Amino acid sequence: MSWDWQVFCEDTMERVAVQGCFGKGGDITYLDWMLSAWGWTVSVSLLSLLLALLLGALIGTLRTLPDRPLVVKLGTAWVELFRNIPLLVQIFLWYHVVPSMFPAMKAVPGFVLVVLALGFFTSARIAEQVRSGIETLPRGQRYAGMAMGFTTFQTYRYVLLPMAFRIIVPPLTSEAMNIFKNSSVAFAVSVAELTMFAMQAQEETSRGIEVYLGVTTLYIISAFAINRIMAFIEKRARVPGFIVAGGGH
Amino acid sequence: MKKQVLAFSIAILAASGAFAQANNTLAKIKASGSVTLGVRESSGLGYTLGNGKYVGFHTEMGERVLADIQKQLGLAKLDIKYQPVTSQNRIPLVTNGTVDLECGSTTNNAARQKDVAFAVTTYVEEVRIAVKANSGIQSIKDLNGKSVATTTGTTSVQTLRKHERAGGIDFKEVYGKDHADSFLLLETGRADAFVMDGSILAGNISKSKNPADFKIVGEVLSVEPIACMLRKDDPAFKKAVDDSIKRQIADGSLAKLYDRWFMQPIPPTNTKVGLPLSEATKAAWANPNDKPMEDYAKK
Repeated sequence: MSWDWQVFCEDTMERVAVQGCFGKGGDITYLDWMLSAWGWTVSVSLLSLLLALLLGALIGTLRTLPDRPLVVKLGTAWVELFRNIPLLVQIFLWYHVVPSMFPAMKAVPGFVLVVLALGFFTSARIAEQVRSGIETLPRGQRYAGMAMGFTTFQTYRYVLLPMAFRIIVPPLTSEAMNIFKNSSVAFAVSVAELTMFAMQAQEETSRGIEVYLGVTTLYIISAFAINRIMAFIEKRARVPGFIVAGGGH
Repeated sequence: MKKQVLAFSIAILAASGAFAQANNTLAKIKASGSVTLGVRESSGLGYTLGNGKYVGFHTEMGERVLADIQKQLGLAKLDIKYQPVTSQNRIPLVTNGTVDLECGSTTNNAARQKDVAFAVTTYVEEVRIAVKANSGIQSIKDLNGKSVATTTGTTSVQTLRKHERAGGIDFKEVYGKDHADSFLLLETGRADAFVMDGSILAGNISKSKNPADFKIVGEVLSVEPIACMLRKDDPAFKKAVDDSIKRQIADGSLAKLYDRWFMQPIPPTNTKVGLPLSEATKAAWANPNDKPMEDYAKK
């Protein structure tokens, strides 16, 4: 089969190739459209990641609290609820089921619902990682905090969490890259992101292979950028000798 | 090591042999005694009942075409393999030889004619607007400021965009991931209208809880000839398919088939679609041709 990369330069109305590949005066080309779709993908992913990190850190920490069985159970319930339901089903629950129970939710745009769904889904996974990070620490760390006369909050803030987060940077990197790939479910609720662009543009142009290759490249660039950022954070935050000492019991 | 290289080159030779054969589908069918029919799983013209059973107007018409080809080739037995296809994979599957004949709901347009050939048009699809019966919407102009649902990955999205530009109207598009999803948007009130192929709208309305709550209104937004798709540059196979379809039109069996799938109760729910044969489809049958969609727009 022959390649036809010209397809990205065509405008989306008449399918005539535009000089310079970017549409002018309100016209948009498939390239413009793809870049705007990329913008949606990145926005959905970053906002969901932010929500997931905040919630995940909170829930994961709550699950390790000593002498608070009720709070721990609530945390466990959250994690099991959001990680045992398939992501696409969760999106549909937010989009179709929740608004029929609470009519006020009908006015909420699909974009917000996707951020919530993706954020909550990933928060359950991050919570598990935070919990495992805290539980990896030797018990002596907590006792040391208590011996210093720290309150529970201070023990977590100054002793446990700074170490736990350093340990879980690698799985968090995977999670952050996953969120970019999972953001493709947003097409199901009418967010004009990359996967929706791919499905629509390949139908209109009949150049599916070129369109999917373009979209794939953008996904790779996004996920790899996150990967590099996380690798940088991992390097900067490293405490020399800690991982070896922390694990050597 | 040498043996592996030999085995590998034989495999390559065999594969290229299969490719060479792909340009002569009739010879391939005759040699193998089997043929692969591309079918749709959920469209107005072809759908599945589950368990590998595929039915519908175009599916059954495709089976009849293959029966005629079996007769023409003098084969005692022809094994029909069914390959479900989607909008995304149907053209690659036909060009790479996986599917020999695709009879689903593929629009014949100029862009696709660069990659594949089409049999004569057997159904002319009209893109229409479905609304709630009590909404008061009569035509596309009434949609100004409303939200309009359509399905991702269909030509209707493009149609809608063109009408929005041409009519100077502005509406909010919402995209369902499939037709059932788009209809749900209309049903739950997230969208005020659902713009899609007439047969799909009629099918979804007939299967809804209260068909009387919905109606199809307004002008025809776009006309699309739907035809069976086959490999390019295979005139003998195209002629065999076209001849069979022309035979079915001439002896009235295609009209009977249409009546059975659109006017009579159909499985699995035994409801009627209730979509009478359109003037455009009648015209296509009276004058069998494989003109692309662009030629219809010129009229």
